Amino acid sequence: MVFRRRRLALASVAAAAATALVAGCASGPGGSSSGAGGDTLTLWTHNAGNSAELDVVKKIIKDFNDSQDKYTVELQSFPQTDYNNSVVAAASARKLPCLLDVDGPNVANWAWGGYLAPIDVSGSEVPVKDQLASTVGTYKDQLYSFGFYDVSLALFARGSVLNEHGIRIPTPGKPWTKGEFDAALAELRKSGKFAYPLEMGTGGSGEWWPYAYSPQLQSFGGDLIDRNGHKSASGTLDGKESVEWGNWFRSLVTKGYMAKKSGADPNKDFLAGKSAIQWDGSWNAAKNAQKLGDDLVILPPVDFGEGPKIGGASWQWAMSSTCSDKDGAQEWLRFSRRTKYFVDYAEATSTIPATDAAARQIADYRPGGKFEVLVQFAREYATVRPVTPAYPYISTEFQKAAQDILAGADPESALGQAAKNIDNNLKTNNNYAG
Amino acid sequence: MTTKIAALERLCPVRRTRTTNARRRQSLTALGMATPAVVLLIVFLVVPVVLAFALAFTDARLISPTPARFVGLRNFTQLFEDPVFYKSLRNTAYFAAVVVPLQAGLALALALLVNAKVRGVNFFRTVYFLPVVTSMVVVSLLWTFLYRKDGLVNHVISTLTLGHVQGPDWLGDPATAMPAIILMSVWQGVGFHMVIWLAGLQTIPVELYEAAELDGATTWHRFRHVTWPGLRATRTFVLVTITIAAFSLFTQIRVMTQGGPLDSTTTVVYQAVRTGYDQQQTAYAATVSLVFFVLVLTVSLVQRFLTREKD
Amino acid sequence: MTSLLKRLGGHAGRIVLALVFALPLVFMLVSSFKTDDQIFGDLGSPSAFLPVGALSLDNYTGMFERVPAAQFLLNSVLISSITVVLGIIVNSLAAFALSRMRWPGRKLVLTVIIATLIVPFETFALPLVWWVNQLPLLRVNGFHLEWTTGWMDTYQVQILPFVANAFSIFFFHQFFQSIPKELDEAAIMDGAGWFTIYRRIVVPLSGPAVATVAILTFLPAWNSYLWPLMVVQSEELRPVMVGISYFFQLNVGWGQIMAYASMITVPVLALFVAFQRSFVNSIASTGVKG
Repeated sequence: MVFRRRRLALASVAAAAATALVAGCASGPGGSSSGAGGDTLTLWTHNAGNSAELDVVKKIIKDFNDSQDKYTVELQSFPQTDYNNSVVAAASARKLPCLLDVDGPNVANWAWGGYLAPIDVSGSEVPVKDQLASTVGTYKDQLYSFGFYDVSLALFARGSVLNEHGIRIPTPGKPWTKGEFDAALAELRKSGKFAYPLEMGTGGSGEWWPYAYSPQLQSFGGDLIDRNGHKSASGTLDGKESVEWGNWFRSLVTKGYMAKKSGADPNKDFLAGKSAIQWDGSWNAAKNAQKLGDDLVILPPVDFGEGPKIGGASWQWAMSSTCSDKDGAQEWLRFSRRTKYFVDYAEATSTIPATDAAARQIADYRPGGKFEVLVQFAREYATVRPVTPAYPYISTEFQKAAQDILAGADPESALGQAAKNIDNNLKTNNNYAG
Repeated sequence: MTTKIAALERLCPVRRTRTTNARRRQSLTALGMATPAVVLLIVFLVVPVVLAFALAFTDARLISPTPARFVGLRNFTQLFEDPVFYKSLRNTAYFAAVVVPLQAGLALALALLVNAKVRGVNFFRTVYFLPVVTSMVVVSLLWTFLYRKDGLVNHVISTLTLGHVQGPDWLGDPATAMPAIILMSVWQGVGFHMVIWLAGLQTIPVELYEAAELDGATTWHRFRHVTWPGLRATRTFVLVTITIAAFSLFTQIRVMTQGGPLDSTTTVVYQAVRTGYDQQQTAYAATVSLVFFVLVLTVSLVQRFLTREKD
Repeated sequence: MTSLLKRLGGHAGRIVLALVFALPLVFMLVSSFKTDDQIFGDLGSPSAFLPVGALSLDNYTGMFERVPAAQFLLNSVLISSITVVLGIIVNSLAAFALSRMRWPGRKLVLTVIIATLIVPFETFALPLVWWVNQLPLLRVNGFHLEWTTGWMDTYQVQILPFVANAFSIFFFHQFFQSIPKELDEAAIMDGAGWFTIYRRIVVPLSGPAVATVAILTFLPAWNSYLWPLMVVQSEELRPVMVGISYFFQLNVGWGQIMAYASMITVPVLALFVAFQRSFVNSIASTGVKG
């Protein structure tokens, strides 16, 4: 190729000079339009390709647009996998829409970063206090977001299989203890009927890891960070209880109870009988019930010492701080807060309605319904992921530590490294003050 | 040529100004022709790259309520203490060190194979080129299926060895994850370089082969003394393009392993994206990128120096 | 006898290799006609490569319901072909000036251009987002034109940043150098200008190089994914690769993904087959000099 070393240094200088020149004359006024052109409010959702939920959003938009003349809401949908990158890019160009949805654990980060504005939805049909706590996003005592539903984790199994192996079917009143759970897995493993007795979706990536496994860590008595002030992870994420969790998590693989990396579709493997017990989200409850009928049992999470725990908070609606028509945006938010829409969301997406009033209108979730137990889990066991702007960073570090542990890393040093990195991140960011 | 012009000029001095004018006009025309590309490259490449590199000296974050501040070399100190950075460097170097000779050699073998004058050779060229035209994201998704413990790769291994060898969980084992990604990457990219070698082969005059044939040279001798020297220029080209592509290894990692298991497949560009986007540490990612750029540039220059044409 | 054996051996080798290169893609195509259950069921056996079982077009119809695939295809065709056409013009012009004309600073310019090959796009995508949003934009507003700022959510933001390409310039440069310079001198004697030489002599002789650059520019344009997600908000403007991520929502439909992947790969394949002959021969005639 045509590299000439001497020229290269010169070239960089010339390029830099040219840059300065171009940058100097082209920096015009920064764009300050904000998603609300005239009376049009733009709304972003992560639901591209997920028509079930998207249809509900479209229906509410239509109702709202038909109900008044002042505002028109316009929908733009994005694929979930890179939704955060789309939002960040738009924010860097000051092009965020007035309304957008946000994954619950990111609310604090986006509020702190100035993406979101606090909202006031008082006077809407459904009061915020009626909602499941995990479906409301607050930061520094201000309301920033709310969701129409939550999801819940549960252990799914076939009743017949548990009975056949003499395994007690646990209840919310008396969940499995760690010892019972390990014994059950050993029994199932011994039967040789399953490729792996337990399926926990270890082939997943991203937010699934802290969502699915940090509640188990919390049930052991550990946590992602010291929640008192959110100033340090050392001593918590790598504390004695957390390391115990890490050892147990690793043992699932070494004892052959669980795959180091699940297949492409873990639920399919469970339904095909490759695994006996699946740790999975409530979104698959309907599919499981349809395939297994009465044989399906929905079990509470294992109590590893500090009680059964599941993750809380799913997708929620928020308003951007650059919205130029905040009245209009909040009018839309208030309009959407009707029990019938809570019902629509839950029915369309097989999720848990955020209010009891809505739950009562859905056969499966009303008292005595076959998924009532999931509402109970969401109400009683849900622990939200730490409400701190540092959460996205904490999440990636926990993912890596958990993945490394399954791959054979020493739990103590993997969690120790994660805790050290998190503390370092907190320090360089001045504990996310401001 | 020059002497001829000089002689002409001596004969008729009037021509001199005209030549100078022509020179100047030539320069202006050339500048005009190069301008669109140069301006576009400056606007869409040089400016953002310089901006990105400048961030390395700040505390810029992906999401932040406060504007970035100058922090000097803090990010560099942090980077040089980061064990994952060294693992990324090592993995990237490992990938490049294996992929460059492997892909170049295999591509040459393929090129020799389809350079034969036999029927259907165009068909084979097209088939070998198939993976090149398939998106890397799609290819990575497909191979994630194939590499599973109960996947097709292991099925084929088991069948070929009559059940004696059970393949590993390719992407789940730190020892095999990187080799598996290397294999797939070569599979995807080798067709392109086959075409480049093929081009080189076709520039070698047929007469040289005929002369070698008359001298009774063996196949090996023909390759060693006619083909190989004839490919000298092509070699440099193939080497440099594969090296640059290898150093940018990212998509496969993102889709297939996310750097795991146990950091066995994390690479420099993957680390830049993970820290910059997932972990929101824009400035740190810029530092990774800047150091990477300097390293690749150095390697390119060394490579250039070692393979320089001795004239 | 030995030569016959050799030829048979060569052919056998070619066929085995063809299988290695084609099978994963055959798997993709075949799976696109199967149900998800069958794709997973066939995974561990040769049936994965065979069109067996209950085959249907369900994945294709399902895919079109889930993703505005026709719109995405149209956008990608538009974006890719404009990028290719502009890229050929801009890069060949620059390469012409760099390879056939004498002017001060040309070696420096060429060196800088080639150095830009080293920087991966991901590393400067974010500054680029901010930067394109500072650029002026001429847009139609009713019956008159007006200047605004910011290129977000347009076709051009998906095209212009990728028009000038160091690899294309380098490739054209090598090719143009192999065309005898005496042609230029003769043309100048006849009173032709440099642009005429470019248009009437060099470009007509470079058909194969143009085909090569066309395919090499087309591939990344067709496959672009991260960039459009960052700068395009309207679904109507999105290209095909973004569509892939539409399937990674709850309830991943693997059959649909295979169908979508097949659909977006086939047009590129067709393009390659159409250009195949000139593609292979073009590089041959450049003689690729180091």
